[in-house]
Amino acid sequence: MHVAPILRAIGIKNRETCRTMSEATADPRLVAARAAPKRRMRLSWSDPVFRSVVWQIVIVGVVIAIGWYFVRNTTANLAARHIATGFGFIDRVAGIPIGESLLPYDPAVSTYGRALLIGVLNTLQVAVIGVVLATILGTLIGIGRLSKNWLLSRLAAFYVETLRDIPLLLQLLFWYTMLQGLPPPRQAWHLGNVAFLTNRGMRLPELDWQPAHTWALLAFIVGLAGTLIWNRRAGKRQEATGVRPTVWPVAVALLIALPVIVWAVLGAPFQVELPVLRGFNFQGGGTLSPEYFALMLGLVIYTASYIAEIVRSGIQAIPQGQWEAAGALGLNAGQVLRQVVLPQAMRVIIPPMTSQYLNLTKNSSLAVAIGFQDIVSIANTALNQTGQAIEGIAIIMAVYLTISLSISTFMNWYNAHIALVER
Amino acid sequence: MSQATATAEHMPAESQARPPAGIVGPWAWLRTNLFGSWWSTAVTLVLGYIIIRVVFSLFEWGVVHAIWSVPYGPTGTPDTAVCQNAIGIGACWAVLTDKYRLILFGRYPYDEQWRPAIVVLLFIGLFTVSGVRRFWRKELALIWAVTLTAVGVLMWGGVFGLPLVAEDSWGGLPITLILATFGLAFAFPLAVLVALGRRSTRLPAVKLLCVLYVEIIRGVPLISVLFMASVMFPLFMPAGVNIDKLLRAQIAFILFAGAYLAEVVRGGLQALPQGQGEAADALGLSYWKKTWLIILPQALRLVIPPLVNTFIGFFKDTSLVLIIGLFDLLTMGKVALSDPPWQSFSTEVYIGLAAVYIAFCFAMSKYSRGLERDLNRSRAR
Amino acid sequence: MSQTTRNGGEAGVISGPPAIVLDKVNKWYGTMHVLRDVSLTVTEKERVVVCGPSGSGKSTMIRCINRLETHQEGRIVVDGTELTDDLRALDTIRREVGMVFQSFNLFPHLTILENCTLAPIWVRKMPKAEAEEVAMSYLRRVKIPEQAKKYPGQLSGGQQQRVAIARALCMKPKIMLFDEPTSALDPEMIKEVLDTMIGLADDGMTMVCVTHEMGFARQVAHRVVFMDRGEIVESGPPGELFENPRTDRLKLFLSQILRGH
Repeated sequence: MHVAPILRAIGIKNRETCRTMSEATADPRLVAARAAPKRRMRLSWSDPVFRSVVWQIVIVGVVIAIGWYFVRNTTANLAARHIATGFGFIDRVAGIPIGESLLPYDPAVSTYGRALLIGVLNTLQVAVIGVVLATILGTLIGIGRLSKNWLLSRLAAFYVETLRDIPLLLQLLFWYTMLQGLPPPRQAWHLGNVAFLTNRGMRLPELDWQPAHTWALLAFIVGLAGTLIWNRRAGKRQEATGVRPTVWPVAVALLIALPVIVWAVLGAPFQVELPVLRGFNFQGGGTLSPEYFALMLGLVIYTASYIAEIVRSGIQAIPQGQWEAAGALGLNAGQVLRQVVLPQAMRVIIPPMTSQYLNLTKNSSLAVAIGFQDIVSIANTALNQTGQAIEGIAIIMAVYLTISLSISTFMNWYNAHIALVER
Repeated sequence: MSQATATAEHMPAESQARPPAGIVGPWAWLRTNLFGSWWSTAVTLVLGYIIIRVVFSLFEWGVVHAIWSVPYGPTGTPDTAVCQNAIGIGACWAVLTDKYRLILFGRYPYDEQWRPAIVVLLFIGLFTVSGVRRFWRKELALIWAVTLTAVGVLMWGGVFGLPLVAEDSWGGLPITLILATFGLAFAFPLAVLVALGRRSTRLPAVKLLCVLYVEIIRGVPLISVLFMASVMFPLFMPAGVNIDKLLRAQIAFILFAGAYLAEVVRGGLQALPQGQGEAADALGLSYWKKTWLIILPQALRLVIPPLVNTFIGFFKDTSLVLIIGLFDLLTMGKVALSDPPWQSFSTEVYIGLAAVYIAFCFAMSKYSRGLERDLNRSRAR
Repeated sequence: MSQTTRNGGEAGVISGPPAIVLDKVNKWYGTMHVLRDVSLTVTEKERVVVCGPSGSGKSTMIRCINRLETHQEGRIVVDGTELTDDLRALDTIRREVGMVFQSFNLFPHLTILENCTLAPIWVRKMPKAEAEEVAMSYLRRVKIPEQAKKYPGQLSGGQQQRVAIARALCMKPKIMLFDEPTSALDPEMIKEVLDTMIGLADDGMTMVCVTHEMGFARQVAHRVVFMDRGEIVESGPPGELFENPRTDRLKLFLSQILRGH
């Protein structure tokens, strides 16, 4: 979505080579014989080439002039305020307290660079988990809207209609204050005294991680690979004999039994650290902060309402005749969905879905309003502490542009891939 | 229908023309729509139970046990003890009855608040007029210009005997509407130019500029554009020149909206059959005449439904100015909540704010969907 | 009932075991009575053409036979299995009954060959190579084997409809249903599809075909059934029915059809 137009814009040469190449394959002798005569530009306003060159010089010139004016003012302003430009601050000690971090971090010694990196990781983590959860919830609601059950479809429609119309920021603030309104740790809501929901976030039991768990995880990954291979073999067998071997018993064995056996063989260590109330707060266990929880809740609930509409319209885009034709051939409901409807619906769904994923990622920047430390929040703090406004904003923009470009490049590739396989 | 009489003997008996019981009527409706299968029945029962429970408890909280007003102390401070006691039992709508003027109109001088009220009505009127297809002509731009000027005059004052009110005391719903509407009004021409630039084949450098602008803005979150407006714009200006915060945010919105609208307009340009441009060329029209007289009027008509949807998005996005400290509707809600007696009634305030946003957005999206249906129908014909 | 039949009542022109039996079938859309006491028996290897003005219920009837629509009263028995809510019965019937639609309904994301092999592979559990062989043989029969690797969007309407016929045949059905197979086609493509269907008829396939192509009916049908306003008004061998319509409704319909041509 983002790359293609840029390539196209600078790709005049590219297109030309394409053309000559195709002509070359058609008949190499013709290329030389048919080379278009070089037109020379006349220095006259009635010459279209001359006109376009003048227009471009004028417009680009104006843009450069404005840019130069801003740069000059900015340098003057910065000099007047004695602010040094540059990214030198990145190596200085940040001193920003960070609550949630995927990397070891100590405000007393860690640098701005590390703080920013943690911000990026937090943004990515929220985006990835948010995308997965929003896709699941949105798909369920989208299918619910298509349900024959009147109550279910109306309820799904109500969800979509209301939640889309409330600004995400308002929803985030609402969830955040709701979570803060939860009882304090001493009167926490609990689930069997192991998981607690309090105004300080969610406390969950945490597994004491042993090497055996790592091995079990590895076994699971091996099992996953094995299942995929088995699935492919099943496809091959079906091609050869017509009968598709059942996959699920093998999948269960590989995905569940194998890791469990590995874990059991290694002594089946299972030590869970439970959160325990000590004084005014819980000690031990894993924590989900109210900020993270509220951000995730808001992002997922809001984005799901858009995804639901995309899924619904994607499925509805498949004409009734496709269902009927597949049914008339004797395919059962599952096969109709898997073989006929979904492959077509996916093509309608993927482009708008991509832009929703991008939206979710960009919207995660609202974390700054409720105090979750994503890249925007940390860069903003750094910007206020150092006065390096331009650098701070440049970092934020660069991070998001990179994420946006990567997602859209990947999705374009994926889209082209399925288009290639199926068309 | 001459054969009707001729073949009367073939008509089936009257009793059979009527469907047997269980195919139509309320019972049949229930059976097909709520109890079609055991699965559907289970869903209906579970959902029905949950919905009834939720609706009942919401009704009890929001209506039966709700508190609509509280007594005021001698100094004019509200005594919210009743509400405090009812937390979790009944809603305290008194916070809204007490604070609604502040939330809707911000710190605008109390006696002059009829002015922002009229501004809100003007905006609603403007949206309504713009929604009528009879007015989809070039004159509509004139209506917009006049209305927006009137909005400016009313808000600022200083003429016609209206006392001057500076921007720092504006707030609430007018700010939300101003940011969104002025943003659209100024972003739109920009968007059309950018969309045309992006489609131009003759001007690769201009095309590149347009692509960069659109893709960069669309690739970053709005909040970063707003940050840029609030901390970087002052650096861009020569020393001594100070642009007001509201204006800076407005510029950020215009830049942001311009990129998104440009893509919407480009969609319309792409959807237009190529023959239209070729026919105009054949008539010997120049590029600008062709664009102004043939291409744009048709392309813009095509994009009105997505345009409305984009506008709904901006309308919601204006709430982000909370982060840079402007007093829009959402910020005023938070300001109202910072008043100590009302601090614990955020749910009520947020519900009130949500209701305002939903009212605007729902009306607009309903309109845009109806329009889309109409346009599709007329195109299919 | 009000139905006028010739040549010995409801049983078809050719004798044999019944392939499809409709017995007093009724159907309503809301309060609209779209099928009124429709009774029809099609014997094996019989070819029946159903005609009638639009909205007469002929498409609805044919779609009831493989339960794309459900009937609300009466009995439908196909190949000895009665159509009920039972999904297993439905599966058996849909395997034995092929259907060709007015709007082709090819799967746009699959090649012509994949369109033809999809059901044999997943429903008949046929090995892929065998399924492709079968598909190619039927594609040869409908005279488009060279298009096998193309996608439906690259084919003309007539070619698409022939693929649709081949796709249905790949399941080796006992009965073929045609729902106005030529109505969406340009005139010059109608013939190629009709020729394919005539070829099929020569092989002795049991066919029920909704069509307005009277020439086809004359040439191929053992029996023509005329429907109007949800009921079967007349039925009989094509020659007799067209030359001596007994009811005013059929006369009117025939005059309209002939005027149209």
